Amino acid sequence: MPKITIDDRPIEVASGTTIIQAADTLGLFIPHYCYHPGLPVAGSCRMCLVEVEKAPKLQIACYTFVTDVMVVRTTTPQVATARAAILEFLLANHPLDCPVCDQAGECKLQEFYMQFGRYDSTLLEDKTKKHKQLPVGPHIMLDSERCILCSRCTRFVDDITHTHELGIFNRGVHSELLPVDGAAVDNAYSGCLADVCPVGALTDRDFRFKVRVWYLDKTDSVCHGCARGCNIEIHTNRRRNHHNDGKLIARYKPRFNAQVNGYWMCDAGRYSYKQIESPDRFLQPRVRGADGRVQVCDWSTALAAVDESVTRAIAAHGVSSAAVIATPDLSNEELWAVRRLCRDGMKIPTVACRCPADPRGVEDNLLRKADTFPNSFGAQRILEATTESELTVASVLQAAASGRIRLLFVLGGGLTERVDPAHLQQALAQVDLVVAIQSHHSILTDLATMALPASTYAETEGTITNFTGQVQRYWPAIPPLEESKPLLDILAQLANRWELPFTPREPELCFAELAGQVEYFAGLSYRVLGWEGVNPSQRTTSKSTA
Amino acid sequence: MLKLVTKNVGIENSHTLSVARSHGAYSRLEAAFAMTPEALTAEVIKSNLRGLGGAGFPAGRKWSFLPKDSPKPRYLVVNGDEGEPGTCKDKIIMIHDPHLLIEGIIITCWAIQSHKAFIYIRGEYDLPVEHVEQAIVEAKAAGILGETVMGHDFALDIVVHRGAGAYICGEETALLESLEGKRGWPRLKPPFPAVEGYMRCPTVVNNVETLSYVPYVVEMGAQPFADLGSERNGGLRMYSISGRVNRPGVYELPMGTPLREMIYDHAQGVTGGRALKAVIPGGSSAPILTPDEIDVPMDFDSLAKRGTMLGSAGVIVFDETVSMVEALKVIIRFYAHESCGQCTPCREGTAWLEKIVERILDLGGRPGDVDNMLRISRNIMGNTICPFGDGAALPVVSCVTKFRPEFEAWVRRGQPVTTLPVREAHIGEPVAAV
Ligand SMILES: Cc1cc2nc3c(=O)[nH]c(=O)nc-3n(C[C@H](O)[C@H](O)[C@H](O)COP(=O)(O)O)c2cc1C
Ligand code: SF4
Ligand code: SF4
Ligand code: FES
Repeated sequence: MPKITIDDRPIEVASGTTIIQAADTLGLFIPHYCYHPGLPVAGSCRMCLVEVEKAPKLQIACYTFVTDVMVVRTTTPQVATARAAILEFLLANHPLDCPVCDQAGECKLQEFYMQFGRYDSTLLEDKTKKHKQLPVGPHIMLDSERCILCSRCTRFVDDITHTHELGIFNRGVHSELLPVDGAAVDNAYSGCLADVCPVGALTDRDFRFKVRVWYLDKTDSVCHGCARGCNIEIHTNRRRNHHNDGKLIARYKPRFNAQVNGYWMCDAGRYSYKQIESPDRFLQPRVRGADGRVQVCDWSTALAAVDESVTRAIAAHGVSSAAVIATPDLSNEELWAVRRLCRDGMKIPTVACRCPADPRGVEDNLLRKADTFPNSFGAQRILEATTESELTVASVLQAAASGRIRLLFVLGGGLTERVDPAHLQQALAQVDLVVAIQSHHSILTDLATMALPASTYAETEGTITNFTGQVQRYWPAIPPLEESKPLLDILAQLANRWELPFTPREPELCFAELAGQVEYFAGLSYRVLGWEGVNPSQRTTSKSTA
Repeated sequence: MLKLVTKNVGIENSHTLSVARSHGAYSRLEAAFAMTPEALTAEVIKSNLRGLGGAGFPAGRKWSFLPKDSPKPRYLVVNGDEGEPGTCKDKIIMIHDPHLLIEGIIITCWAIQSHKAFIYIRGEYDLPVEHVEQAIVEAKAAGILGETVMGHDFALDIVVHRGAGAYICGEETALLESLEGKRGWPRLKPPFPAVEGYMRCPTVVNNVETLSYVPYVVEMGAQPFADLGSERNGGLRMYSISGRVNRPGVYELPMGTPLREMIYDHAQGVTGGRALKAVIPGGSSAPILTPDEIDVPMDFDSLAKRGTMLGSAGVIVFDETVSMVEALKVIIRFYAHESCGQCTPCREGTAWLEKIVERILDLGGRPGDVDNMLRISRNIMGNTICPFGDGAALPVVSCVTKFRPEFEAWVRRGQPVTTLPVREAHIGEPVAAV
């Protein structure tokens, strides 16, 4: 392995490593535009020039491979001059419209100018004019005057999505990034283009002008759009209430996780933030009175009603006539709480989590999984491991339709998208008491005898397990909306009323209990999971192959 | 005076197979096939034949860089893009002696064991394309190309590819991209074409003229060929002399012929008996020389020692009536127009320099402009992907440095320094597109 020094700091790295990668492992930042660790190297922006001892001229750190005893310097006057020169070149034809540019605040031109530029302009010439504000797809707006021609976006559509919608046309200073043959940039990952673009050339049409980025707060989370569980940041606007249409969540951004999603996320997941503060949210407890009329009520009324009617139903018909549907929309902790309360405490024999497939699910070989539940893997480990027969939601609904079920709990979303509404309606009509704990309005909340509003993953803390078995944490980005409550709290209050044993309602303690009880999660804790999560199934396979 | 690659110029129908054969075409093939590829390559190394496309890299040494153990096919790519301003030599070979080029290609392919060659010809070159394509058809029909070259157990196919009119596609890796059907953007190096060239296979890229000398290396033997030229610069080469001389044209002369002799003897002196003002010795990318610098042997090493280069041997002569500011505008306009735009310093720097020179000529010069031009040029130099950036910046640096008072005068007074009339048309015309 070559031993090199960068700015007098020695490091040993594998051969085939570039200087920029070696510097990165040292925590040394080398400014760059065209280099993106998730894309093939272009070596064209020349921002990463560094001094390599014995080389006749500066070398680009992104494409210079380390060799033994190489000596690299990134702080010499020559390097500083080159960096400032590149910035001066990049800005020579840049419109400098930062005040009206949505990238301002997270623009690498602004950042690097302040860090490495700071020259006095000598430019007296007119600038080249190009396209401004050109919508190039449903999610992406192009301003090619701001484009620095780093080719990150073309490499993304060429090498990651293989959709080839973007190209660089013309030559020299007239080179311009544009859609190829007027194509629309309409691939399933197009939002990533706004992420890879280091400047304000490609911006997200959904996010543009909603809120200045420096007002945003960031919370790490995991996308709940499908079984991949792409790591994300939830960007929230808490400091400027009048911005962002008065909403809290402004956008999702992918968060790097080599095991799960790399640098990317799909558009469906990216814009799924809209579901959190959507008008469809179910935010007030509701109880159907003896007269059949639905009434909005407060929590204590609702919980008392659930308490009383459930107790009455079980006393009348026995626990074997009760069933629980808990969809894999729920977190590991929530599913564990369901198991503790419903199966261990109430002794309900039928707790099903296996739903029919989502007809909207799409699978490709980049990220998207056909299973649109975020936690099917976890649900099976937590709920099914102890069931003798394989219970499906379909069989529960069938039993309900034939009148064999008198009490039904429906926890977690996603059911109405997967089950024919007529069939669902017909089945629920046969059940005396339907208790739905739901985050969103649906025919379920309409038909339920009692419906309680649950908070979503953006409002709570927990873990989910993706299709490969990666257990990943997410953190609360916003407080529970209106009257909604975390499911753990709701179940805890019911357990309390019924004086049944229950898991701790703090997610971390709940997870600790789960880890102690369910083999798959053995040895895990929130601390062990960290920011990136852990995959116990890979841990065992690597052990067995060793 | 000895002529080799221009020997048949002027002979009627020299581009047809029958005429070419009667003047020696393909007569060196048997001798070449009698040698092993290794021996042939060694012979070319010994001949000091240099790459005549611009960089002057020894031809045989380049061939020897092909990996010995690669299972991939090997290719020969012939560079006939001839875009360097002031250069118009390759087209002479392609028009008048295409069979000589094909013979050179066959011998080279034998030396590097390649069975497919491409000739990439400048888009504007209609007649050269016509003659080369016709020659290939004739050679195929005569069994000179095809499955068994001249009855030998050696297959060779040659494909002609026309460029689309971009100077950068003469740069070998941009040429390869273009040949593959992509945008003509130079590649990052390494890997060099010898290792990963056309379709990522080992590839030798050589200039038309370089390959046309190969049959003569075989015919004469390496040492006699080398002895024709100067030290480490074997044989002859074609010098395209243009600008303010009495007899502009392409001259085939020994490597190392003094520049003064070229201008005053072969090209018969400066037009109208005027005084010489400046000479570009090797195509527009080469730093400019002043009259007191022309006692220099025109070979790669001697010019490199003088801080300039032989390049494509496009000699451009300026007389005392030429405004260097206007001349530089023509040059920098070309580079700004032809920059491929891939890398930042070249894309932005060339255009910026062009705008400054134009502003100076529009009487909008500002104090500091001249220093700024030097600064911008130096910020381009050494910082780009391909040598185009240096090729654009070096002439600016040399011209501005050597004729600084003239530039300063324009900036100060907004007036040209020359008193004699400037022939606009002559200055404005692109010198290479003959
Ligand atoms: C900007 C640029 C333009 C070039 N144009 C040509 C050209 O038109 N013809 C040519 O033969 N070589 C050209 N070259 C040189 C080629 O890259 C390459 O060195 C040459 O074709 C190799 O052949 P040789 O070794 O026989 O000279 C150019 C190089 C650069 C950097
Ligand atoms: S649009 Fe953005 S990512 Fe694409 S080339 Fe321009 S600056 Fe780079
Ligand atoms: S130096 Fe100029 S011509 Fe060469 S790659 Fe860079 S932009 Fe293109
Ligand atoms: S980051 Fe290395 S050249 Fe762009």
